[in-house]
Amino acid sequence: MSAELALSIDGRDIRVAPGTTLREACQLVGTEIPTLCFNPNFTAANACRLCVVELEGARTLVPACSRAVESGMRIQTASDRVRHSRRLVLELLGSSVDLSLAPDLGELLREYGGRPERFSEAGSATVEQPVKVDNELYVRDYSRCVLCYRCVQACGVEAQNTFAIWVSGRGFEARISTEYDAPLPDSACVYCGNCIEVCPTGALMFKSEFDLRAAGTWDEGRQSTTTTICSYCGVGCSLDLVVQDNQIVRVNSPEGNDITLGNLCIKGRFGHQFVSEPKRRERSS
Amino acid sequence: MDVKLSGATASDVERAAVATVLGPEPPQAGRVVRAGRAQREQRHLLLPALHALQDSVGWVSRGAVDHLAERLGVAPAEIYGVASFYHLLATEPQPALAVHVCDDVACRAAGAGALLGQLGEAVQRSACLGLCDRGSAALVRRSGPPGERIDVAVAPVTALQVAGFLGGEAPPELAAADIPPPQAGKPGLRLLRRAAGEVITTVDDYEAAGGLAALRRALEQGPDWVLAEVKAAALVGRGGAAFPTARKWEAVLRAPSRPHYAVCNADESETGTFKDRVLLERDAFAVLESLAIAGFATGSEHGFLYVRDEYPLARARLQAAIEALRQAGWLGAAVGGPGFAFDVELRRGAGAYICGEETALFNSIEGRRGEPRNKPPFPVESGLFGQPTAVNNVETLVAVLEALRVGGSASTKLFCVSGAVVRPGVYEVELGTTLQALIELAGGLQPGRRLQAVLLGGAAGSLVGPSRLDLELSFEAARAAGLSLGSGAVVVLDESLDLSEVVLRIARFFREESCGQCVPCRVGTVRQEEALRRLFSGRPLGSREDELVRLSDVAEVMRDASICGLGQTAAIAVQSALRGLS
Repeated sequence: MSAELALSIDGRDIRVAPGTTLREACQLVGTEIPTLCFNPNFTAANACRLCVVELEGARTLVPACSRAVESGMRIQTASDRVRHSRRLVLELLGSSVDLSLAPDLGELLREYGGRPERFSEAGSATVEQPVKVDNELYVRDYSRCVLCYRCVQACGVEAQNTFAIWVSGRGFEARISTEYDAPLPDSACVYCGNCIEVCPTGALMFKSEFDLRAAGTWDEGRQSTTTTICSYCGVGCSLDLVVQDNQIVRVNSPEGNDITLGNLCIKGRFGHQFVSEPKRRERSS
Repeated sequence: MDVKLSGATASDVERAAVATVLGPEPPQAGRVVRAGRAQREQRHLLLPALHALQDSVGWVSRGAVDHLAERLGVAPAEIYGVASFYHLLATEPQPALAVHVCDDVACRAAGAGALLGQLGEAVQRSACLGLCDRGSAALVRRSGPPGERIDVAVAPVTALQVAGFLGGEAPPELAAADIPPPQAGKPGLRLLRRAAGEVITTVDDYEAAGGLAALRRALEQGPDWVLAEVKAAALVGRGGAAFPTARKWEAVLRAPSRPHYAVCNADESETGTFKDRVLLERDAFAVLESLAIAGFATGSEHGFLYVRDEYPLARARLQAAIEALRQAGWLGAAVGGPGFAFDVELRRGAGAYICGEETALFNSIEGRRGEPRNKPPFPVESGLFGQPTAVNNVETLVAVLEALRVGGSASTKLFCVSGAVVRPGVYEVELGTTLQALIELAGGLQPGRRLQAVLLGGAAGSLVGPSRLDLELSFEAARAAGLSLGSGAVVVLDESLDLSEVVLRIARFFREESCGQCVPCRVGTVRQEEALRRLFSGRPLGSREDELVRLSDVAEVMRDASICGLGQTAAIAVQSALRGLS
């Protein structure tokens, strides 16, 4: 067992194992650090900067999601400087991205007293653009994209190793994109849906959910979730079936499952139509 | 990895262009798969291969991307992500001829506004081209077969000339833009010792001018001697961050992981900065000699010199110098005799200011998008290819040679004086010289002009008013005054200029150069420019005070929470102007 490292978080002294991140150390003392781009199954992308904390002696704030604890660190997690940066990150996002399907961010905006509208007038730049509907399984609404990189990670080395999407362009014009913005059916996409699973803002969405929302009939109050086992192959992944009006409207990989780690394949994710085939129901009843 | 291709095919010309970088295509027979280590080891050649395509056909086509994907085992989506990151690579068909005209602060201060007005949409407007001492500058490029290509910087340039280029007239030769710095002939120059004289083109002439003596001495005395001498010179980095060079080198030398790399950061792109260009163009052998010393003192066998793509003359002279030094045995398997192997690879940037940030530069060399990495880990521990790396600015390297040659402290520094002065150019002065004295050295303001402000340190620096002319130009004095010498840019702005235009140009610069990775900088640089536009046009959103609060809020989050120095400094000049100049 290697030696523990001592640090102070908001005046409280604790000791942690080497390799612990500041975010994890904060969790140990019961302080939740807000995150957006962070996903526990992936290498920290460090892109959103929502998790910044103040490190005594450092010129700038530091990202808690990835910064490893060093001995003797003194951290402030809720100083004015920290709260200012978090509020501004939320306001900058809220003023340029449609966050209406990201309730967690809306709540944080309220908590930090953010008013994104103060940056918006008719001519202010946003990432608004038409929804990409180019296949029957899922849609991409990049007006909702905060560029957290999680979908790129899920599609790449962190999970699926398919590499259908990457970040293209630069600066405010940077977008998640296939090569030359090709439609998904022409890309390397294998429709595992793991990108949908990790998207925090509803930019990536099941076509079934998108259609119900468009029709105004998506109603979370009428939905229930059933955990079951995928029947396709011998791996036996767990599935969370989201059901509304006796129809499967979305399939999730159960959170915290240490075998699937949020991942599924096209069959488990999208291949559920047989469940509601009328003939099957007749024969099984 | 499996690579899914679109079915588009690369033309023979495109395949041949790629082969000039990656070598001939391996034979495809039966079920032989090209993959694994051999393929991964070529990964870093992605950007050179994209350049080869851009140079020969003028853009990077879908078929070419598929071809590269197949040869390198990199997904087309990622290659497209890399190509679309760089401003000098096109992902849509372009006319063969492109003229990029500088519309940045220094050129405008010297009167390029009229030129730009006349040219309109016929040309591409460019951020600083690093030719700020000439009044107006253009980069002229034509793609095609090697014999028909053009890649030349022209300065000063007139609207008539540019119209001529667009109409098919040949631009002047590369070397036509080469003029010695204004201090040529002045005794006692140290950093500009050779750069102010005749350009040296052979190793013999370089040795006759005192060259290679420092490298010889270093090889005799050992790395620790080099470190001690550099430490004694109290040399700090001249790229802008002023980090002690000896500490950096020592950390790399002692790092247990192998191999180590020595990298010269010649991606000089800071607005109003051209000192490194002058050294690269006029003292290429010295930069390479010093990079070899850096390699020796850090235990590196491989060096990279990353030069911004807007410097075609520097690139040509560096490539020639590298070849001459290899032939003479001063680069390669046995540098100056057996015992030390070190070679240098020249790499081209592709139009991205951010790649001057050291970790973005590493990503660019590795063939990735030029996005900065989080620090720590610092480059001395995990840099290029994840290995311990010493990365140094061009002027820093030349200063090392002087430190080894004469000893003592590194007491002089280069400044790039441009704008409304009589003799703009690179000047070498003692640290501690006042801003006033530096401007006088450049002949003072042009007749009939009165000083309004100085942009000190470039876009990432500050705007200072006439009351600061007594500022001593030293790292310590600047820091004490809440300023930074930055890259050594001194853009002199006279009273005929609209300062709000200058501030807006700087804000636009950061908006266009932000890599887009982190929220504070990606959105903050946009909101900063928008708020300034409203403020200066007298149409604030809410009250004027509301706009100022918004601007200072954005400045604070960019400074505090951005990943890298670009975002952290993107509001300094703006804020200095809003406070009524520093």
